Amino acid sequence: MAIAQETKAHTHPKMKISSRSIVLWVGVVFMVVFCLAPALWQVLTSFKTNAAISALPTIYFPSFSDLTWDHYTSLGAGFWRYVFNSALVSLLSTLLCLGLGAPAAYTLARIKLPGESLILGGILIVSLFPYVLLFLGLLEIVKFVGLGNNYLALIVPYSAINLPLTILVLRSFFQQLPRDLEDSAKMDGYSTVQMLLKIMIPLTIPALVTTGILAFIFAWNEFIFALTFVTRDAMKTIPVAVAQIGGSSVYEIPYGPIAAATVVGTLPLLVLVLFFQRRIVQGITAGAVKG
Amino acid sequence: MATLTLKELRKQFTPEVVPVKNITLTVEDGEFLTLLGPSGCGKSTLLRLIAGLEQPTAGTVWVGEQNLNAVNPGDRNMAMVFQSYALYPHMTVADNISTSLKLRQVPPAEITQRVRTVADKLDISHLLGRKPRSLSGGQRQRVALARALVRKPDVFLLDEPLSNLDALLREQVRGELKQLFESQNRPVVYVTHDQIEAMTLSSKVAVLLDGLVQQLDPPSRIYTHPANKFVAGFVGSPQMNLLTLDCQGKVAKLGHCEIPLPPLAQVPKLIDLGIRPEALSVKGSEVSDQELVIGGKVFLSENFGRETLVSLRVEGSQDVIRALIPPDQTWNPEYTKLVVPFSSLHWFDAETGDRL
Repeated sequence: MAIAQETKAHTHPKMKISSRSIVLWVGVVFMVVFCLAPALWQVLTSFKTNAAISALPTIYFPSFSDLTWDHYTSLGAGFWRYVFNSALVSLLSTLLCLGLGAPAAYTLARIKLPGESLILGGILIVSLFPYVLLFLGLLEIVKFVGLGNNYLALIVPYSAINLPLTILVLRSFFQQLPRDLEDSAKMDGYSTVQMLLKIMIPLTIPALVTTGILAFIFAWNEFIFALTFVTRDAMKTIPVAVAQIGGSSVYEIPYGPIAAATVVGTLPLLVLVLFFQRRIVQGITAGAVKG
Repeated sequence: MATLTLKELRKQFTPEVVPVKNITLTVEDGEFLTLLGPSGCGKSTLLRLIAGLEQPTAGTVWVGEQNLNAVNPGDRNMAMVFQSYALYPHMTVADNISTSLKLRQVPPAEITQRVRTVADKLDISHLLGRKPRSLSGGQRQRVALARALVRKPDVFLLDEPLSNLDALLREQVRGELKQLFESQNRPVVYVTHDQIEAMTLSSKVAVLLDGLVQQLDPPSRIYTHPANKFVAGFVGSPQMNLLTLDCQGKVAKLGHCEIPLPPLAQVPKLIDLGIRPEALSVKGSEVSDQELVIGGKVFLSENFGRETLVSLRVEGSQDVIRALIPPDQTWNPEYTKLVVPFSSLHWFDAETGDRL
């Protein structure tokens, strides 16, 4: 009794920890570790010395002497070229995708077209194809048009593959924007172009950012097209470059440099997503609750 | 300064869907015209035709001497208040109000001054820096009104502006709207399905059904002299009693009652009789010969507090008549007699529905 009273007296009311919150936090920590473990492992590997990487038992908490920047420096200045390639291809294909998809989605949302459901069905079916099926045909086209080893050989297919999703997401977003808003803008005296720029685009930014990010991530991660359509080293994108990092012999897998390259390749995406995080959440939940 | 005129306006979407059929109307300065009708009667489409948001299939819209058919909505100098208010969510209240003025290149000093005046008038000065999403429904409604008023337009168009407010607020805003637009001295076209708004606000009411004007009259006349059966049934709450009766010679038969017909060129087989529930009263001791007496059994009474609505099955028939009587009045549950002056009877043609 005495002890119980004593602890009660000493515990600040705010410091009380209920079993509920303990379970909750254990769950949270477990979930985070479970999801992030592979990524954390890569980060860890990228900083460990080769000896530490191959050491047994596995070193989970390396000491200072086990850490090194060597893997990053070994990537060399050439790696920036791949980052640049990836960024350029992803950015341009995303912009192209939004530039084509937004007007298409707006039209599909606002104008009653004959055979509208057919068009939408077509869009949906196209997005169902595993794009690996398309790539042999695309390779022929790329060869025929002479786009091999050209950024366009990646930009155009990436945009095309992302278009269905972009159109469907943006269309449903446009549909839930009240029509009165456009009528009101017309009454106020906006011309159609002004109305789109000043009223519709600002309201559509969450959806544009969301679909844009998805398109960007797809383009950034895409491997098969990038491997097939581009063979010149100076034009390779990060996934291809990372896959082609080799050791001094075929028997050696350079875990350290690969991990370092992966981390460098992921960071831009991470920054992008964190930067637009709030917008993305807005965009995803936009259709759920009527504003 | 301006008269809004619609000449044989028609809107046809498909051969079957014709929301507006040949409507001709005039609204003078300071007149408040209400387009009243059930949903789907074409009232909103008519308003959008006036605003220029829809192009008419045939007919013309005029303000003063100017034909507006080829003029864009933004250049018509009409202001519209939408049912959903349609405020721009990403702009502050001040920007929402001033946008139309900026687009018309009004000098900034004048814009500031006009926004302030209208904000003071509507008591929203303290909200000017806020975004619409942080406003209550009533405040948003005021901003939408301010946006229309600040333009000093030739014509005001209002599309059910009160339907998103709760009942108490609606009553209050209704009164304010009336005062506000009386002081504007401009043609106002107001769309509603709420007959109370139509009756209280308007100087003229156009009752619409199926794209046609059923009656265009001041509210009081709409109530006392409905032009046909539809108007009679639509305006007035509780609804007018409408009975279809057989005619024999110069009388119509209602149960055991024989009701003398109005003077008609030809006596029809069937005729429609309309009696407003509030015109009926429970029989007192004296009945003059100017009154019709209807007897029957009361099978339902509903107390509204202010009055009681009793439903009576007419003796000798299956017809039901409802009457509004004072709440303290008693009646004999077995057999009650209701009286109504002959002058309060409305007669309608059973086939066409027109007033006789």
